Amino acid sequence: MGQQRMAATGQEKTVSDYIVHHLTNLTYGKLPEGFDRYDGHTVGAGGEWAFAHGADEIAAMGFNAVHVDSLAWSIGLGVIFCALFRWVAVRASAETPSGLVNFIEMVVEFIDNQVKDTFHGQNKLVAPLALTIFVWVFLMNLMDLIPVDVVPELMVLAGIEYQKIVPSTDPNITMGMAVGVFILMLYYSIKVKGFGFAKELALNPFNHWVFIPVNLFMEIVGLLAKPFSLGLRLFGNMYAGEMIFILIAALFGAGILWVLPASLLQIGWAIFHILVITLQAFIFMVLTIVYLSMAHEDH
Amino acid sequence: MNINLTIIGQIVAFIAFVAFCMRYVWPPILAAMEERQQKIADGLAAADRAGHDLELAQKAAVDRLAEAKKEAAVIVDSANKRATTLVDEAKVAAVVEADRVKELATAEVEREKAQAKEQLLAQVSALAISGAEKVLAAEIDADKHAAILEQLVKEQ
Repeated sequence: MGQQRMAATGQEKTVSDYIVHHLTNLTYGKLPEGFDRYDGHTVGAGGEWAFAHGADEIAAMGFNAVHVDSLAWSIGLGVIFCALFRWVAVRASAETPSGLVNFIEMVVEFIDNQVKDTFHGQNKLVAPLALTIFVWVFLMNLMDLIPVDVVPELMVLAGIEYQKIVPSTDPNITMGMAVGVFILMLYYSIKVKGFGFAKELALNPFNHWVFIPVNLFMEIVGLLAKPFSLGLRLFGNMYAGEMIFILIAALFGAGILWVLPASLLQIGWAIFHILVITLQAFIFMVLTIVYLSMAHEDH
Repeated sequence: MNINLTIIGQIVAFIAFVAFCMRYVWPPILAAMEERQQKIADGLAAADRAGHDLELAQKAAVDRLAEAKKEAAVIVDSANKRATTLVDEAKVAAVVEADRVKELATAEVEREKAQAKEQLLAQVSALAISGAEKVLAAEIDADKHAAILEQLVKEQ
């Protein structure tokens, strides 16, 4: 792709470059031995850990790479969630709540009701898990409402080439959470049902030993589909939403006549997106509760 | 768009945040909310009880008031009776006293009348005697006739 520092050289960006730049993560990873880097030098023996410069370097890194921006925003928002809720937890008392405490208690009560409606087992993990997922995913999605150019351009000025600030547009982040939920599903399935879990996989939906392989295949596919659909639904929705923000932002470059319609589109999509980000966080949370509830049900 | 080590980092962060929330966030907030719920329920129950108590107290107060009114009426009645009795007694006493004073005064008047009559008779006698003395100066002996006149006075 031969990326140049476009801002620095003052060359005009094409729309395609603009979109690709906005969709590229700040990646730190290990380049394989013998790779020719963008500045001409070849990676020496044992490989080299470096920030990737361009899509070909990211591709060459493969699995040995970290999306620094996604992780930093994700963990940063998680820390904000923990700090905020801990602050309230310390101040929560039976006295009259006020302001922020009241709001946070409202959120907690909402989650508590959702969990009580759906999950009927005895498990002290599910409610805090649901709260963490809802608020954390919501905060990550909320980053989508920050105008798409602000943070990346500031970062370019600061010398950091790429910056994707919406962690939930990164499949690593959404799938990471989905895998976490999946681990809990497996753990509680085995803990609650024991051998019954294997029986459930082998003898459903056709209860006859001849069909065991067919049943196993179908049930395992169904089981694996849960975390995949969970993680990819959030990723897909947020990625598509972000993409539309970027496309609308690209319209601003199409001429002075486009400024007003593009502004209106941007505002309209942002307002609609307030609904989407909340809904996606809510769906992720509800499905987590439902899956864990299924893991606790013994047939 | 590729899956890489980021997913491991995210899983670790996910577990850490959930653990933190489960340990330090959820229990205190929920405990505070439940405590408040209990407190409000207690408060409402206490308010209900207080309302009931108030009703009872009002009823008791009305009863006491009626009783007091009845008592007051009895007291006023008896006081009235007593007053009437006192007035009657006083009237009787006054009449008795008046009679007594009248009797006394009558007696006094009688006594003074008698005295005055006596004096008057004495003077009339003296006057008659002195007149008679002048008329009868020559023949009548004052001492002899005085005894006769005194006899006369005494017969009056």
